[in-house]
Amino acid sequence: MSALSSFADTPTAQPGEEERLSRAFLKDRRAEKALLWATEYLNEEGHGSLLPMTRKVMLQICSDPTLTLDYLPTLGLPEFTRSATELALGRDSPAIRENRAGGVQTLGGTGAIRLGAELLQCWYNVGGARCGPVYLSSPSGGSVAATLQGAGIRDIRSYRYWHPDKKDFAVEPLLQDLEDAPEQSVIVLYASAHCPTGAEPSHSDWKQIAEVMMRRRLFPFFLLPSQGLCWGDPAQDAWSLRYFVSLGFELLCAQSFSTNFGLYSDRVGSLLLVLKQSSLLLAVQSQAASLVRALWSRPPGGGARLVTTVLNNPALLAEWKEGLRVMVERGMLIREKLKERLRMLGIPGFWDHVTQQRGLYCCTGLTEEQVEFLVTRCHVYLPASGCVNVTAISDRTLDHVAESIYLAVTSDPARLQTLTF
Amino acid sequence: MSRFAEVPQAAPVAVFKLTADFREDKHPSKVNLGVGAYRTDECQPWVLPVVQKVEQLIANDHSLNHEYLPILGLPEFRASASKIALGEDSPAIKENRVGGVQSLGGTGALRIGAEFLRRWYNGKNNTATPIYVSAPTWENHNAVFGDAGFTDVRPYRYWDAEKRGLALAGFLEDLENAPEYSVFLLHACAHNPTGTDPTPDEWKQIAEIMERKKLFAFFDSAYQGFASGDLQKDAWAVRYFVSKGFELFCAQSFSKNFGLYNERVGNLTVVAKDSDNASRILSQMEKIVRTIWSNPPSQGARIIATTLTTPELFAEWKDNVKTMADRVLLMRSQLKAKLQALGTPGTWEHITQQIGMFSFTGLNPNQVEYLIKEKHVYLMASGRINMCGLTTKNLDYVAESIHETVTKIQ
Repeated sequence: MSALSSFADTPTAQPGEEERLSRAFLKDRRAEKALLWATEYLNEEGHGSLLPMTRKVMLQICSDPTLTLDYLPTLGLPEFTRSATELALGRDSPAIRENRAGGVQTLGGTGAIRLGAELLQCWYNVGGARCGPVYLSSPSGGSVAATLQGAGIRDIRSYRYWHPDKKDFAVEPLLQDLEDAPEQSVIVLYASAHCPTGAEPSHSDWKQIAEVMMRRRLFPFFLLPSQGLCWGDPAQDAWSLRYFVSLGFELLCAQSFSTNFGLYSDRVGSLLLVLKQSSLLLAVQSQAASLVRALWSRPPGGGARLVTTVLNNPALLAEWKEGLRVMVERGMLIREKLKERLRMLGIPGFWDHVTQQRGLYCCTGLTEEQVEFLVTRCHVYLPASGCVNVTAISDRTLDHVAESIYLAVTSDPARLQTLTF
Repeated sequence: MSRFAEVPQAAPVAVFKLTADFREDKHPSKVNLGVGAYRTDECQPWVLPVVQKVEQLIANDHSLNHEYLPILGLPEFRASASKIALGEDSPAIKENRVGGVQSLGGTGALRIGAEFLRRWYNGKNNTATPIYVSAPTWENHNAVFGDAGFTDVRPYRYWDAEKRGLALAGFLEDLENAPEYSVFLLHACAHNPTGTDPTPDEWKQIAEIMERKKLFAFFDSAYQGFASGDLQKDAWAVRYFVSKGFELFCAQSFSKNFGLYNERVGNLTVVAKDSDNASRILSQMEKIVRTIWSNPPSQGARIIATTLTTPELFAEWKDNVKTMADRVLLMRSQLKAKLQALGTPGTWEHITQQIGMFSFTGLNPNQVEYLIKEKHVYLMASGRINMCGLTTKNLDYVAESIHETVTKIQ
């Protein structure tokens, strides 16, 4: 047998930014350090925790003697996808009444994005010009681009989203980029709780966006990663999505139940499909089933059952919504505290964006040099974009984080290199 | 105007359609021999007693959280799953050149392996690398490799319909004639759909040619323990290839042998030449996983890791697996006995020679149609039956129905 491996030329994969940050943080021996990037909603102890009622519901489900472990259908648990679709669009949505909206149960949000990408790659405009470019916001979160590429989508471009001077979302550059995009391009949009900036279009911004997209026949691929954790109200968090549906758009929406249910390791998600008519929904769902069979065959059952139980039981539903409000309030409180600390330190500049943004993420507006200073001199780890997960700031680390930001912003740039702590 | 106006309805999957038709059938004696999961003698699904026990342990363990697993999966699961396939004392494990990728069932493991091979195997022309699958095979094999980007998925001879056994000469010839570096998808045991496995001696012949022609071995192991009732026996082929120094992938499914169908637990075991190769391979697989499901579900992996690493639970699991395997063996021997007692034309030795969940009865499409329409006994058009659909209560009816079919329809 030859000693030479068939994989001798396979290189070690380079870790992505998140991974590098995480490793550097773990290796850092300093007592006073902080990691400000995470993809979970973290509690005070720095862990992604379950919502209080979840354990109770899980035990209930576990003791149900009628439950078997038989395969789920390829498209997932029908009661789950129906509930997920209703949560996203509202029970009285015309698209639901007209039987032209449906879901496919997926492996969390990533699975939904991957399945949506595969559908677009194979079936978008299949009679005509095919998929064309897909636009992501600049900056964009985590692995969205890589997931699209995994499905074979090569032409990925960006539209301007974050305005560094205003330290906020700015609609004008976005609208310009949409005007310049080739007709029928796919546009990936966060329905709410934008990752990684936390900045949101207003309702009137959304109306302008929808108008351009309708006119230029651009296709919306919405992401709904944490419905309920932006405004504390699932309906409000889905406003933009529902608005587009009311205008008659066809669209995809990748829903994740990881963060709003604390079910990260259960991998609960749904790809929402809204088509022009119900015969098309059936055809597209059948093709989605075909793609699913070669990806993961059928989805896992446990998490979906739990979500379905909660969404269909009025008492549990109320308890869940209350839990979301508590989580959102805590997030807002952390933002307030951070802004107040910075103000008390006398930090120059405009910091209202910290409390104006919503959801898990916050774009601090720090420059790349300032971020580098934070990482290398203050042992405060965050990505080059300057975006953080606010729940990663605990009471224990708040002072250190605020002081570090203050130092990064106020230190003379020429001296930034020489300062040590 | 819809962007999806031209999307055709996908063809229905045969086995799902069969189950749907069975459900709608009102006949009191109907039997579903196309069912895809284990059933008890009462025709009920069976949650393994050891699984129930471990589920309770997990539900009551408040130290367990629901945070994201690592991308490659639960470490204890990956290690114990690979150990089950390769053996406790596997030299490859001792030499630290084995890795595991926790996957979404066997399908997920196959897909990760296929995506990896398409990117990194066989130099620049890898999408054109021939992927050989047995004739017949589980239909999804074609879809998995095709969707992963391979353009040349072709059959190797496997089932000899005339002699109702392995087409060994044809198989070996196809191996000899395969372009170097082709990938061969091999069923580790309990071949789906024929139930016919090579003997150890035949595996040796297969391995000899594969080594000489530099063919890549990709095992699909969905029935370890379930086939013969013995974990070691069912892993013989994989372990033999490892002992000959092959690099290989083994896509393991725990759906059947743990009855954890809907938890979607699988493991892609990677056996590399050395530990450096193993780490590089796994690092690239991690990147691939990140873009499909990001990180795998925890529940099934926890159940299995706990079971495999706790001696009393491991013993109880082996016992549960043997229960399932023994029931299948009993149904095989009783079906054959009844057909022979009825004097049903043809030979029926293959029913007990074949192994695992499935049996290729040898019934032709006309006979299958008669069985379904007239006798309400549902089976695949290929003549494949799932032995788990048989019970002591329906055995007589099924045997008589087959007898009637074979005598009436040629």
